[in-house]
Amino acid sequence: MARPPESAAWYRRIEGLPIIAVLAALIVVFMISAPHVFLNARIYLAFLSDVPPLLVLGAGLTLVVAAGEIDLSFPSVVAFSGYLLAYCVHELGQTALAPVAGWLGLVAALAGGALVGWVNGILVARLGIPSIIATLAMQFFWGGITTVISGGLSYSLTEADQFAVWHVLVGRVGNFPMQAVWAFGFAAFTWLILNRHRFGEHLLFIGDNAAVARVVGVDVEREKVRLFVAMGVAAAFASVLLTLENREFFNTQGGGYLLEVMAAVFIGGTSVFGGQATVVGSVAGSFIIGLVEAGLVATGLQGFWVRAVVGIVFIAALVFHMLMDQPARRAALFRMLRGRAEGREGSPSAHSMGSFSSKGGEK
Amino acid sequence: MNGSPAAPAADFRYIVRTEKLDMTFGMVRALTQVDFAVGRNEIVGLIGDNGAGKSTLIKVLSGVLRPTSGRIWVRDRLIDPDDYSVRMAHELRIETVHQEKSLGEKQPLWRNMFVGRQITDRFGFIRIKEERAIADRMLRTAIGLRGAGISVDSTVRDLSGGERQGIAIGRAMHFEADLIVLDEPTVALAVSEVRKVLHFVETIKQSGRACIYIEHNLANVYDVADRLVIMDRGRLVGDFARGQMSLNDLTEHMISLHEERAGGTAA
Repeated sequence: MARPPESAAWYRRIEGLPIIAVLAALIVVFMISAPHVFLNARIYLAFLSDVPPLLVLGAGLTLVVAAGEIDLSFPSVVAFSGYLLAYCVHELGQTALAPVAGWLGLVAALAGGALVGWVNGILVARLGIPSIIATLAMQFFWGGITTVISGGLSYSLTEADQFAVWHVLVGRVGNFPMQAVWAFGFAAFTWLILNRHRFGEHLLFIGDNAAVARVVGVDVEREKVRLFVAMGVAAAFASVLLTLENREFFNTQGGGYLLEVMAAVFIGGTSVFGGQATVVGSVAGSFIIGLVEAGLVATGLQGFWVRAVVGIVFIAALVFHMLMDQPARRAALFRMLRGRAEGREGSPSAHSMGSFSSKGGEK
Repeated sequence: MNGSPAAPAADFRYIVRTEKLDMTFGMVRALTQVDFAVGRNEIVGLIGDNGAGKSTLIKVLSGVLRPTSGRIWVRDRLIDPDDYSVRMAHELRIETVHQEKSLGEKQPLWRNMFVGRQITDRFGFIRIKEERAIADRMLRTAIGLRGAGISVDSTVRDLSGGERQGIAIGRAMHFEADLIVLDEPTVALAVSEVRKVLHFVETIKQSGRACIYIEHNLANVYDVADRLVIMDRGRLVGDFARGQMSLNDLTEHMISLHEERAGGTAA
């Protein structure tokens, strides 16, 4: 039986190192293909102002996937919470409540996200509806509700920077966008919860095997409700950063995030089967998604190419993670490639080995 | 055994006892009038065919299932079935090692040892250093897996079947269980692995704890059990102290039960 040595090599202990290397390699590639853009600090400041909502969503979704669940409703939370914020800023900003309208908007947005998450949690944990279906239904529902209560209108929030909340959350310190500070802070907090907190450990065991979690005394249903509430709040926070940065609310905002966030999480190396998850990987994955988009356009390829290239990076990352995590598969792949090579040279011996191992297994 | 804490002094006669336990699932009677008891520091082998009611009985004892009727005492104290649960059983220091369902496959051993009962600060953050140190001590002393190339960072899927049972049993002993229930721990194990598990059962006995050992294979349980209890179709049909019957006679007895049942269904 193959066992990892007592102390694994230092580079294996750094979480998400392979995917960070991929991110670095991509940056180098773009530095070569589009030096005028990628050797200038401006593009990186642009990333730091644009990627944060994606990063916050990715960190939150990492917890959900760790527990073996999925949440498809977060795009509607980005819309719904964005509306609550915009309403407070735009409508209450004209009233006597104006001095606190921005903060009220923040609280309302987070509370709205928590509500959506709580409903998700009840549907999944208490009623036992698979999360992929329950949250898909809720994606329709809350998206529809947002359209109804906003009357299908957009809000222009050009006056947003008159509110303190704007400066605190998405203002600039020198050139540095504040939302990057908040997003990294949120990701660090999520990392601590997943890797250092009792709640995170419970999520990992639930994702690993819910029956085991139950036997060792984890209240699986309660933890799942908390999980979906946390994801709802994360999505609401992402929505606040997005809406304030854009100084605009429109009732379909967030729709584009669904696939991008899932791609970021899985590119980062979190296992779709649950029980294994990396927040660091999701952060790197978020930047890879943002980078490919900006990088391709800067390189001179048409915007049409973006999705195709994201797809290639995505599938390459999945194969890469599989080969890193499963030595047996890696060996099998190398054996197959070697067998092919030998086969071409006319040696059929590569396949005959297999027949020995299937004999004599004990019952 | 210097690593595992000694079992507490006993001010009770039976660690667990049932009276007239009935359990029905719809039309099926899984348990019928079961009177069962385990004394302190007693290893009870529970044997019987598939569907004899062994698993149902221990699920009732460990708080997973609520009996249809009947009474349960833990340490000679009558239990209210309405608030008996897995958590409550843990508090009463009854631990069950379910086959295949006790450990998180992808998680490191130190997490597996403490999950559900983590050592945390008041904000719920795990004291990882402390947990790892205790887990390491458990591996080296209590469980006796020293030198097998296993560390607290090994994941469960790196372990053999026997080693997994060892980890689960070691965990139960660490949390000072007075009664450890083993649900068919040797199923699907190689012979050498079975020997390891039997060694763990002896460790339970030496540490002053009691054990209910559910087993399919009479030969495995015969040597380690102080008492053998035979179940058949939801009833207790035999209760033999160690040495009261030879392994051969017991085997004959089991076969006769089997034939009786076959005859019964034919009639």
